[in-house]
Amino acid sequence: MIVDSYRFLPRSFRPIYENPEPHGSDQVWSPFEKRLSDSRIAILTSSGMYLEEAQEPFDLERERAEPTWGDPSFRVIPSPADGVGLAHLHISHDDILADPNIALPVDRLAELARNGIVGDVAPRHVSVMGFQGTSLDGWRDIAAPRIIDLLHEDEVDGLILAPV
Amino acid sequence: MPVLARWIEAAGIATVVVTMMPDLATKLHTPRTVGVEFPFGHPFGLPHETTMQHRVLGEAVHVLAGANSFGTRIDIDLEWPVPRKEAYRNWQPAEPSPIVQWWISRGALDR
Repeated sequence: MIVDSYRFLPRSFRPIYENPEPHGSDQVWSPFEKRLSDSRIAILTSSGMYLEEAQEPFDLERERAEPTWGDPSFRVIPSPADGVGLAHLHISHDDILADPNIALPVDRLAELARNGIVGDVAPRHVSVMGFQGTSLDGWRDIAAPRIIDLLHEDEVDGLILAPV
Repeated sequence: MPVLARWIEAAGIATVVVTMMPDLATKLHTPRTVGVEFPFGHPFGLPHETTMQHRVLGEAVHVLAGANSFGTRIDIDLEWPVPRKEAYRNWQPAEPSPIVQWWISRGALDR
């Protein structure tokens, strides 16, 4: 079965996604050498998730004023993730707020760890706001290096990225 | 997001992208991709549907750990249990996003 990537996309948006700017074409590859059951796994969501009590939301006011700009910062989400909010203008929030696991499935990952499928759950997961407008410079220059440092500090063996 | 995956992979951490748009991900050269035919905002399925969430997450960790070559893509054969029109309407925000309003104001979506 081949997934239809455009099944739920408005038809008029399709050309925007059919010919993306490639940002390099080399075959980047890091082998996964350990057993999954000995490995630490983290998750990254692009849902604009943040901790309502402890963190600032992503900057939606600037995006409203500058529609081709998206907030390139990131938030660290602990596991388990309680008290999350969403700051994202491109999707409905209802289902993710009803169950954040549909975007950042830390509870399901913890169950895989308890069942010995994966070694353990990373202590920190990552949230970004996926709309980046016309530039990935903010992610490239600021967010990505810090996310990579965080993952190395936590000795993460593999990362699941889930765009929304 | 696929580009972010590439940067993280280049730093020595294996990645897998779970996505509603696997065609886009592979055009952007993701190392490992799991495709789902789900509405936007739902990469792991419906709220509280833990069996569905485990199906996707399980596939993701097995592709992450088991793929042995660049460009591996696995599509999950799960049909979204909500009628398409209803799901199409439900995933969208209450009002068009700023970029969509901007596109509309410039006639960029007229076709």
